[in-house]
Amino acid sequence: MNHSIRNSWMAAVAMFALLFGAISYVQVIGAGDLNDNPWNQRAVLANYCNDRGAIIVGGKPIAESVPGDESCKFQRQYSQPELYAGITGYFSRSYGSTGLEQQLRDELAGSSDQLFLDRVSQIFLGSQPKGASVELTIDPAIQKLAYDLIPDGQQGSIVVTNPKTGAIIAMVSKPSYDPNLIATHDPAKEKASYEQLNQVPGINLNQSVSGPTGALLAPGSVFKLVDTAAALNSGKYNKDSVLPNPDSLPLPGSSASLPNYAGGNCSVRSTADFAFALEQSCNTPFASIALDLGQKAIADQASKFGFGQDFGDQLKLQSAVSVFPTNLDQAALAQSAVGQRDVKATPLQIAMMTDAIANNGVQMKPELIKTVRAPDLRVISEPKPETLRTSTSPDIAKQITEWMTDVVSKGIASGAAIPGVDVAGKTGTAQLGDSGLNNSWFTGFAPANDPQVAVTIVMQNVDVFTGAKLTSPNAKKIFEAVLNK
Amino acid sequence: MIENLAMPKPRRNVELVLLILALAVGIGASSMVGLNSPAAFDGDFWFQSSLLVVAALAFHLVLRFRAKYADPVMLPIVVALNGLGLALIHRMDQPGEDTGNNQLRWTLLAMAVAIAVIWLLKDHRVIRRFTFISLAASAVLLVLPLVPGISAGEVLGASVWIRIGPMTFQPGEVAKITLAIFFAGYLSSNRDLILLVGRKVGPMQFPRFKDLGPMITAWLVSIGILVFQRDLGTSVLFFGLFIVMIYVATSRISWVVIGLALIVGGGFLASKAFAHVAFRLDSWWNAFTPEVFGRFPGGSAQIVQGLFGMADGGLVGTGLGQGRPDLVPFANSDMIIALIGEELGLIGLFAVVLLYLMLFTRGFRAALGTRDAFGKLLACGLSFAIALQCFVVVGGVTRLIPLTGLTTPFLAAGGSSLLANWIIVGLLLMISHTARGPVDTTPITHAPTLAVKTP
Repeated sequence: MNHSIRNSWMAAVAMFALLFGAISYVQVIGAGDLNDNPWNQRAVLANYCNDRGAIIVGGKPIAESVPGDESCKFQRQYSQPELYAGITGYFSRSYGSTGLEQQLRDELAGSSDQLFLDRVSQIFLGSQPKGASVELTIDPAIQKLAYDLIPDGQQGSIVVTNPKTGAIIAMVSKPSYDPNLIATHDPAKEKASYEQLNQVPGINLNQSVSGPTGALLAPGSVFKLVDTAAALNSGKYNKDSVLPNPDSLPLPGSSASLPNYAGGNCSVRSTADFAFALEQSCNTPFASIALDLGQKAIADQASKFGFGQDFGDQLKLQSAVSVFPTNLDQAALAQSAVGQRDVKATPLQIAMMTDAIANNGVQMKPELIKTVRAPDLRVISEPKPETLRTSTSPDIAKQITEWMTDVVSKGIASGAAIPGVDVAGKTGTAQLGDSGLNNSWFTGFAPANDPQVAVTIVMQNVDVFTGAKLTSPNAKKIFEAVLNK
Repeated sequence: MIENLAMPKPRRNVELVLLILALAVGIGASSMVGLNSPAAFDGDFWFQSSLLVVAALAFHLVLRFRAKYADPVMLPIVVALNGLGLALIHRMDQPGEDTGNNQLRWTLLAMAVAIAVIWLLKDHRVIRRFTFISLAASAVLLVLPLVPGISAGEVLGASVWIRIGPMTFQPGEVAKITLAIFFAGYLSSNRDLILLVGRKVGPMQFPRFKDLGPMITAWLVSIGILVFQRDLGTSVLFFGLFIVMIYVATSRISWVVIGLALIVGGGFLASKAFAHVAFRLDSWWNAFTPEVFGRFPGGSAQIVQGLFGMADGGLVGTGLGQGRPDLVPFANSDMIIALIGEELGLIGLFAVVLLYLMLFTRGFRAALGTRDAFGKLLACGLSFAIALQCFVVVGGVTRLIPLTGLTTPFLAAGGSSLLANWIIVGLLLMISHTARGPVDTTPITHAPTLAVKTP
């Protein structure tokens, strides 16, 4: 009997050997994979209650960690939450984080490489971990002004930039929300708020699907700036070129045709030069250019302005990629050339295009961050203006600027005109099906000869008159506010 | 042999030293929990610690008087595990919850019952008289959770609880002991019969069909638990217990082969026939697929959260009170092993598993040392039951095998489990007392089958 007792003992020991193996696997060998598993919230929770760095605008924190309760030492708090929600995003226990809270997580949590020595000293001093603070390029007064220029209940975005540096001066959209509701430590409130906010259409909970960086919209006539640049760049056209301007252009391979806007002044001339075509925003001349040059030329120029590229990494916000589609038939090419049909751009993309024209054809990297400072206020990074790419030659940029100035001084963007200052601009009205509603655009910069500020406005789902009222005149207010500073 | 018998050593002082170490483990853990919680070193801490010390020393004194040759390592191991368990359960208590104090009350009761068993029985061989009473008791205990009126109904998918007044109790835990007693008694009486006859197939001698009766009965009982109480863990535990005891009684590997075949066959049928078994297997094998992770009930969220915790703990752990075991459902009972892995790390969990290994090894040691077949079978069965239970629990939490609802002996929150396991330790201590002590020449009353003679 003792022999079988020993065997039983050995069987039990063998089972335990398996246990030691399994424990070693879970806790050491396979631990890395488990820690990286997307369902594993422990990494988020590990610093959830820490003292995160603040996000600062104009010297004042718009997001900061304030002392919380016993269970969670710090609570994330947003001042002026709706105004900045599209930039800060939210920092939630259950729903992760978005916006700068997400993209700057290493800096804000204090776990970036530059803060390594700070972490070491925190360990030795036994002090609470503390994150770096981030100051933004945003001008709080302009941000507030731009936000208030979008009426409540109106869906729209405004991007204000410095074309020479790429710095974002203001970036707003409506509808907005209060990130404090999702950053609360009360799980029930957090869940209820999140689910309720998710019901609101167009709300900028996620920067990659809505708002200035995420909403993919038909650009309408502002896309004609791409056609113009492509035409001049091809060498087949110059500033004096005569363009066909029929009231309506039959679309090749289709029974439909592409008309000029019936209410405008295009019909007074059957041919046009660039100046007239841009001033009155006639459709048929640009459709003709696109059919003449072919889609590759238009697509290449769009790509030089940033279409097809993700600005998300540069801006540290999630963003959507603007598209000028490939494999268009001739009819679709003609329609896409006037910013309808398949071409889609974010407000940020249009702002970047205008910036490039304003800055002699050189597109600057968009920048939202002015400085990142360690907890002891030492500057750990301070982005310098960076050239992203050359979009057009300086001559072409100057020529387009001249025409855009005419659009404001003589043409349909006259609402943006400021006495004593040359303003360059272009409007766009992208029809949304047969609803009679449009996406109404303005993009432009001032002063035309020495651009200090570029403004891009889009108001979604508006009729023509509301759109006209909410775009050019509002751009004027922003130009004045920035230039008078 | 004669020399050994001439100089048996009680080793009670060794036990006392080890016991102080064991108490230091439990109270040390408790004070670490205190340091990391808002209520550091409140009155409760001192009161609970003193009660544990008094109870452990009382147990030690009883052994000095009643079973002075008992194994000196077992009691310290169990006190260390139980003390650690109390600290961990206290650590998981939310404000207003009282699981920690409840566990302490059950610990004291369980130790008192174990002391009573040792005090009253004096010699384990007496228990053999209760062979068939144990069988009847096992049957009653196993059926109780299904009896309307005292059944606590289906709790978390299994019907293994009864309710008496405000208390709930898991009779299956105690049935583990009564079944072991029955098997030990039955097999020690009938082993010759089973041994001598049978057909030889190749190198293995298979039993006669009619001798398979007890095996079939045990299998049916296990399947019954699985079907009616929906408790996979207990079912495997009982059947494993039986296989080992019949193997030890007969030394025939054929029994193990038949038993394993029945387990595999029964398990396969059960997974086809019963949704709860299929879910268990699915949430083990496909734990990391989204549908299984998100399924409730019957999903893998619990085991996966436990694995995340253990991975986070790594080699040295986050420290007691520093982890996030609140993310793991049932961290103070079913998943207490994951809690240890998270907060005490691989090192802490290895230490705990090693304590179990030492505990059942001392149990097997007692089985080897005792001279009567009944004692050998009982000690071996109970020791193997502890080992198997730990294997099922720790293997389930580490995803080595499917997770089942067995309790972790001495650690997990739960009164019935504590009571049963302390009684098991009492029995093992008694058996080790006869194993290590001088050969008893006085005839045991009411134990006519005993035939021990001095050389």
